[in-house]
Amino acid sequence: MHLFLQQVFSGLASGAIYASLALALVMIYRATDLVNFAQGEMAMFSTYIAWMLVNANVPFWAAFALTLAVSFIGGMVIERVVIRPVENAPVLAAVVVTIGLLLIFNALAGWLFTYTLQEFPSPFPDRPLFGALMTTRDLGVIAVTLIMLALLFAFFRFTATGLAMRAAAQNPASARLCGIRVGRMLAIGWGLAAAIGATAGIMVAPILFLDPEMMSGVLLYAFTGALLGGITSPVGAVIGGLIVGVTENLVGTYLIASQLKLTVALILIVIVLVFRPNGLFGTAIVRRV
Amino acid sequence: MNDGTAAMASEKLAVGDHAGLRIGTWRWLGIGALIVLAAVLPFGLSNYQVFELTQVMIYAVAVLGLNILTGYNGQISLGHGGFFAAGAYTAAVLMHRYGVPYWATLPPAALVGFALGLLFGLPALRFEGPYLALVTLAMAVATPQTLKYFSWTGGQQGLHVVKVLPPAGLPIDRDRWLYLFVLVVLLIAIRVAANLLNGRTGRAWMAIRDHPIAAAAMGVDTAGYKTLAFGISTLFTAVAGALAAIVVGFVAPESFTLFLSISFLVGSAVGGIATIGGAIVGGFFIEFVPNFANDISDAAPWAIYGLAMLLFMYAMPRGVIGSIRPLAAWLAARLKPAAAVGEISATSNKASTPQQTSQGRLE
Repeated sequence: MHLFLQQVFSGLASGAIYASLALALVMIYRATDLVNFAQGEMAMFSTYIAWMLVNANVPFWAAFALTLAVSFIGGMVIERVVIRPVENAPVLAAVVVTIGLLLIFNALAGWLFTYTLQEFPSPFPDRPLFGALMTTRDLGVIAVTLIMLALLFAFFRFTATGLAMRAAAQNPASARLCGIRVGRMLAIGWGLAAAIGATAGIMVAPILFLDPEMMSGVLLYAFTGALLGGITSPVGAVIGGLIVGVTENLVGTYLIASQLKLTVALILIVIVLVFRPNGLFGTAIVRRV
Repeated sequence: MNDGTAAMASEKLAVGDHAGLRIGTWRWLGIGALIVLAAVLPFGLSNYQVFELTQVMIYAVAVLGLNILTGYNGQISLGHGGFFAAGAYTAAVLMHRYGVPYWATLPPAALVGFALGLLFGLPALRFEGPYLALVTLAMAVATPQTLKYFSWTGGQQGLHVVKVLPPAGLPIDRDRWLYLFVLVVLLIAIRVAANLLNGRTGRAWMAIRDHPIAAAAMGVDTAGYKTLAFGISTLFTAVAGALAAIVVGFVAPESFTLFLSISFLVGSAVGGIATIGGAIVGGFFIEFVPNFANDISDAAPWAIYGLAMLLFMYAMPRGVIGSIRPLAAWLAARLKPAAAVGEISATSNKASTPQQTSQGRLE
């Protein structure tokens, strides 16, 4: 029982990271109907920026805040420069553009920072808590994720910009008629997604070590979490991410060697999707004839 | 879409009506010349270049399979690398363990691909868009691990395949023989795909892609045709995998990663998803652009590859063939009156609105 609870809690910690990235994916999907395959690599690149800042002796939380700001602006720029030209192109063209972006960020990071593993400092001490059920680091990761979620919720619920962004995502044409600058809202959405991804990257880097391939596995889990929760539902993305984290950990502990745990976790989730094809919290796609 | 098929049909009629050397005849002559050129080409190239072109054709067969599914039926797949692997391993195991001659491994590989595709297509019926992408992605991710897990696949080390030799008595070496062998398979694949897509099945697939509800209302068996599209698509890709095993002479789990599946999708998008010729362009892109990228920049070749994807998609969002076609149709419309004045005025009216036809027209 102790081992089980331990694995659940450590699963929740990695799940919180998947949930963050899943949330970033959902934000972009809701706004533009596009799965951003480059989300993980963008987060990885942001993490390198934080790493450079920390190495230049910037205090950790200052580096964190600075990185989020840079990522936000970077995300907006990417939307304007890279994504805008394929906004009205066939979906597959846009998908290929995000795959291209993935390769570019990955190669750039490898070129600028080399492919060697880098140690990344954790802001939280690694001490056991509650009779070794979890560590302070796990708790810290979960706390940061929860704070971010609360801030995001407040932003979308209580600010005018948040309302405008929701409107632009839900019905661009009507939103534009109401005087909302839809293009700018999309750019802000990409910026926010990049900042959320950066948080996920910075949280995961002390655990996985930093290298250009760091986020490829995380992105898969995040994608799975987002779809499990329902790609249209932000709350679903978070819950889905947490479920994926816990499932992955339990499968690795009880069922099968860790080499195959990704596969098994994916298969389990596909089975769930067979019964709930729109995810646990997603809305069914309704079509008019 | 309806306009597209209508335009296509009327154009076909008009083509048949021409006096003298018909446009249809010219086209067949052109295709014949291309085939002859493709058959003669390897004798003027180095061994390595022949090998590269063989790879291009193998990728073209695989991308053709993906085009059938994604382009003509509207189902996305990030897992075709898995079916490619299934075909490759079928061929390799048959040759390695049972001593089956290489050419005889293609039908079993096709069968395995078809069966797996049908099996996979059934649950896929419930998924759309990103969900289908995830399910197929799961397949692509699971492939290398699963292959490593079993012993009859050779585990981590993979399997070596008996070296293929050209038939005794033919004055031709191994590389060129394999090139011609793959060329023949590619031509058959294109012919089969064109026949399927131009016929009842292809129309049903496209109707489902463009409007599933309307298609169902017209009496199209949506579930059946979607599953069939999956099966046929993976059949092509599995055959391509078997060809790869034969040509490379070796299969290993690490050759069939997620990246391979993504390469197929990229090749498909770059060539033009709802086209047959696009598959060949896609094959060239997958084989050569990474090499070019390497020549341009040693430091970050994949950045150049990614940049190439971006530029291709900006310049030709419908893919190379998909974007050239309206242009070609426009040109043909301009040239036709010079050849046969008045006779085809009805056709040129249709052809002067090429945007409508670009999606639906085949070949």
